[in-house]
Amino acid sequence: MSRFLLKRLGLALITLVLVSIGVFAVAEVLPGDVGRTILGPYAPQSSVVSLDHQLGVDQPFPVRYWNWISGFVRGDWGTSYLLNTSVRPMVVERLKNSLFLGAFALLLIVPLSIGLGVLAALRYGKAVDRLITITGLSVIALPEFVAGVILVVVFAVQLGWFPSASSVPSANPVDWFRQLLLPAIPLMLVLFGYVSRMARAGTVTVLESNYVRTAVLKGLPRPVVIWRHVLRNSLLPTITVVAAQIGYLVGGLIVIETLFTYPGIGLLMYDSARGHDLPMLEATVLVIAIIYMISNLTADVIIAMLNPRVRLAA
Amino acid sequence: MSVAAPATHAVDIEQLTISYRRRRRLLRVIDDVSLQIRPGEAYGLVGESGCGKTTVAMALMRYLPSNAVVEGGRIIFDGKDLLTLSDSALRRLRGNRMAMVYQDPGSALNPSMRIGNQIAEVFRYHRGMGKQEAEEASAGMLEKVQISDPAGVLQRYPHELSGGQQQRIMFAMALATDPALLVLDEPTTGLDATVEAEVLDLVEQLRAQFSSSILFISHNLGIVSRICERVGVLYAGRMIEEGPAREIFAQPRHPYTLGLLRCVPTFGMNKQTQRLDPIPGSLPALGTHPPGCNYADRCPIARDRCRAEPPPLLEVNAQRSSRCFYHEEVPSIPPSPAATAEPLPPPSDEVLLRIDDLIKTYHSGGHDVSAVAGISLEVRRGEVFGLVGESGSGKSSLAKVIVGLTNATNGSMTFENTPLSEAGHHRNVTLRRKLQMVFQNPDSALNPSYSVRHILQQALRLLAGLKSHSELETRTVELVRSVKLEPRHLDARPTGLSGGQKQRVSIGRAFAGTPALVLCDEPVSALDVSVQAAILNLLVDLQKTGVSYIFISHDLAVVRYIADWIGVMYLGWLVEVGPAEAVFNVPHHPYTESLLSAAATLESNGHHPRIRLKGTIPSPSNPPSGCRFHTRCPLYLGDICRLKEPPWHTAPAGNKYRCHIPPDELQAAELRLRETSTDQPA
Amino acid sequence: MTVESPDPALKAVPATVLSTVVSAQSSRRARMRELGRALLRSKTFMIGMVILLFWIFDAIFWPLFVPHDPLGLDPINTLKGPSSVHWFGTDDFGRDMFSRVLAGASTVLTVAPAATALGLVGGISLGLVTGYYRGLVDDILMRVVDALLAFPLIIIALLVLTVLGPSELNVIIVIGIVFTPLIARTVRSAVLVEREREYVAAAKLLGEPGPSIMVKEILPNVVGPITVEATIRLGYAIFAAATLSFLGLGLQQPSPDWGLTIALGRPLLQVAPWIVLFPALALATLVIGLNFVADGLKQAIEE
Repeated sequence: MSRFLLKRLGLALITLVLVSIGVFAVAEVLPGDVGRTILGPYAPQSSVVSLDHQLGVDQPFPVRYWNWISGFVRGDWGTSYLLNTSVRPMVVERLKNSLFLGAFALLLIVPLSIGLGVLAALRYGKAVDRLITITGLSVIALPEFVAGVILVVVFAVQLGWFPSASSVPSANPVDWFRQLLLPAIPLMLVLFGYVSRMARAGTVTVLESNYVRTAVLKGLPRPVVIWRHVLRNSLLPTITVVAAQIGYLVGGLIVIETLFTYPGIGLLMYDSARGHDLPMLEATVLVIAIIYMISNLTADVIIAMLNPRVRLAA
Repeated sequence: MSVAAPATHAVDIEQLTISYRRRRRLLRVIDDVSLQIRPGEAYGLVGESGCGKTTVAMALMRYLPSNAVVEGGRIIFDGKDLLTLSDSALRRLRGNRMAMVYQDPGSALNPSMRIGNQIAEVFRYHRGMGKQEAEEASAGMLEKVQISDPAGVLQRYPHELSGGQQQRIMFAMALATDPALLVLDEPTTGLDATVEAEVLDLVEQLRAQFSSSILFISHNLGIVSRICERVGVLYAGRMIEEGPAREIFAQPRHPYTLGLLRCVPTFGMNKQTQRLDPIPGSLPALGTHPPGCNYADRCPIARDRCRAEPPPLLEVNAQRSSRCFYHEEVPSIPPSPAATAEPLPPPSDEVLLRIDDLIKTYHSGGHDVSAVAGISLEVRRGEVFGLVGESGSGKSSLAKVIVGLTNATNGSMTFENTPLSEAGHHRNVTLRRKLQMVFQNPDSALNPSYSVRHILQQALRLLAGLKSHSELETRTVELVRSVKLEPRHLDARPTGLSGGQKQRVSIGRAFAGTPALVLCDEPVSALDVSVQAAILNLLVDLQKTGVSYIFISHDLAVVRYIADWIGVMYLGWLVEVGPAEAVFNVPHHPYTESLLSAAATLESNGHHPRIRLKGTIPSPSNPPSGCRFHTRCPLYLGDICRLKEPPWHTAPAGNKYRCHIPPDELQAAELRLRETSTDQPA
Repeated sequence: MTVESPDPALKAVPATVLSTVVSAQSSRRARMRELGRALLRSKTFMIGMVILLFWIFDAIFWPLFVPHDPLGLDPINTLKGPSSVHWFGTDDFGRDMFSRVLAGASTVLTVAPAATALGLVGGISLGLVTGYYRGLVDDILMRVVDALLAFPLIIIALLVLTVLGPSELNVIIVIGIVFTPLIARTVRSAVLVEREREYVAAAKLLGEPGPSIMVKEILPNVVGPITVEATIRLGYAIFAAATLSFLGLGLQQPSPDWGLTIALGRPLLQVAPWIVLFPALALATLVIGLNFVADGLKQAIEE
């Protein structure tokens, strides 16, 4: 088991390094001279050059990369060009907000999606199944901003039940719903599409299997067959999907946070990309990548724990 | 609604008729089938694929798919009609009063649940036992099905056990409640021959301990005649003959039964003396109902009456019935004229293929799998070399190396006295056309996207080097005729052909370049018995071109029929090699002896002592030291077998074998073994 | 009398029985007809197809029936709500929203199929080669792809487009390149299954060279899964293209592109919600329609 984990961890680390190089390369290739961007179009060239030198952007690529990555690992994530404040606290703060929103969406929708997906499989071919499947199909590739926009128009503008721009909620749970529900719904829709489809497919496959036939022919009561024989095996692929979706969520948040001007990491990344704020941009992308790797790793671990074949072999 | 049933029957199926709904059409699968099973009796239901026997089993358990329509009939069990029973009543019966064991035990067990829990479930839900009690009862059942280390097995997961062990567990679960009816649906299909024989032994032993009636479904007539008292033969959904098993197989009273029996190669049959007698034609398509007897098209004694009027089940005697107007004529039906064999030219002395100390080791998941561990053999021109072995023996790997699909790890091969370079893409065209292969699975051996014409022409172009359009056309027609197909088949795609027809195309493809050696890897294992015979006849006929075969099979009777020379493989080793007749007689390698014994168990008139092997076949990634067979050998001597690799001995009849026991001692030992083993009468 | 097993969900599928229903016709034309009939029977497919065809027709022929010029400025009638003259209202430049919505279909239906095609070309080649040859390259490539797999397209696109600058062509390229490994993975899985089949071994035995086997033997048999994947990808391409426009990384003013229109209309949400609502609805119907088509195809092919 531990060998399996170590292998996965090693792979994740290698990928992270690759991603960091990639991010750094892309960010550094952004058009425009850094010094010029900061000082503006009217500053004299000499000031631009000296600022560049001060910031160290005139050094060769590997040197700059090394400086950056070693600083990052130590906890020094640099200073924002645009906001002139230390990068790390801001990224961490925004990350917390995003995680809160993401967790909110996940907790609301995942149990529901799994339940409905399994229900659809159990009532395969019937009206309930068609309804659930079609709903899933309809929402699965609905761009988040489309759903978000429609929701805002209907519920915030016309009905006024929710604010059209969300801020971080207070400790009051009612406020959580008030601020977070609208932005969360588009996320929940996509999640529902994926998770319910996976739960359904996994359950259908298992229902057709020989060992479910054995369980039924043993005369076991139906709830027992469903719980002990069907669900145990069909939820495995669903869990992969859920854990993988956590990583996806973080990306999907860009659009939602932009639409609702919610102060999360996605919005931060967007702003820093447009503003060519390199340290901020690099840090946010790397942090998102890390979160993403962690969620995938967690999925792998959970699967290994639940699947005796993998667990005993590793 | 309870129906008073005759107290003499455990199960009474009355005029059962079932159809499947497919796209608005009803396809009849079972037509007016009736049978009765007495308490404690074993009733065999036999037939080829598509005859409906599995549907009968499913109907009994009321586990039919949603598109099944029961158009008529009743199933009386425990005084009630199963077909009208309520859900809860049905659940009380299943696993309790009636149970089922079917094929592929690996997939029939929940992979994420421990064995102990899976067995205990039965006790907890049907006998109301608590956790501790159920666990003890489960351990007890494991002992009854002869699983060693029951306590350990209870804690394991299904994938940790072998096929034979998994099947025993299925039996343990099924018999836990001493059910009145046990349905066995092809319980040994897919298992190795030795394992198959063990499972059948188990069935016989369990019958002594439990009082269940058995419905035994199989396509293998030999097994059924061994285990069952009565048998019913199904053809295209209808019961065409029924009666005491021994009588029916000794003296069939329906042309189909006779045909089935005649087309199976039994021990003693040989291609030089006899051709197999296949049944001409094919099954009527599902859902078609010829007005008269559904066998008339293929029947040697069919008359106009047969085609016009459907025959009822006529009484042959008090215990037998047959669905044939002319059943009295059946015993005197002569074998078809084509069944007399033409003598084949004997194999020459010229060595075509020589293999020297061939080794093939796979690397998979960090382990080294020793698939072929030093094999040397010779195949002569015009000879059929039969290669026999069970799973893990390495025969498929050997085939792949010979034919060039994979490299050998070490060792050498020569073909027609020139060294054979290992990999296929290094070989030249001449070599490729001389050394070809026929594959096991006809469904996957032909590209489903292309027509037969394309497939054959591809082969002709690449192997025979034909280029001109007219030449290709003529040769294609010749080729398709040489495998007994018609030119109209050329336009069909593989999905439109039957298994036998597909295999003929496969053979045609291999023969496109007039090969010198064709490797046949289990070419008939996936086919029905009646089709098998036709394909074997075809292969024998094609031998007239002077071609040699390496014929790989797990079916000893088939190998004995067609092979001139035989090699026996076990766990990557060649343990015996020699002339076919010599190999099958004592003295020979103990493993060969056990294979023979297992095969005979599966034969209706095999009269052979039952020699059991200990343990299960080891994994090729961790082969035993010294003699690879020593962990299971009934003649195990001691440390010498464990530590030292055995030498080759030559027996008087000409067969060579690897063992530490020299021939004369071996002869005595094996004869002793036969005497002391329990004799299985026919 | 139809007697069903007590639990309709817990069934045996009688594969052995039904497989003996050998299809009498096996020619390609017959199979295509069979497929067509199955598709026509599927309600989801038909609904989706209707929607899709409507938008495709609109994307091509909108100049013929659009009531007003989508780019036509009308400073007097800015921010008017839906009326009989302007069915979807006007935007802050007085442009007719209905016309803009109709015209906007063409941008998304140009970008998305182009990007998908690009992805298909790359993905099929890559998938065939890695699936057939395997080996070290395959191992490394697939591990990397797996790890990066659903790393959100948006993030990658954001980075790249900020570098390259927003334009229609760049959006196509970015989406196409990101799709390539995803499509390759699906193709590879299908190829892995096929290459174990004995007809591939038989082809090797005949001496067919590797590339020929990949393209002539294996490819025809993986067309099914590829088609399903292509339709699904097309849906994602539409999604991605619209989102990128929304983020300002795609087409620029004064294009009637839906994503762009929504982004621009967002500040005016309180005042003129119709600017944002109607393009959103249009996009929603297009995506839903495409997904229905994809699902219908998947069901029909699997039979």
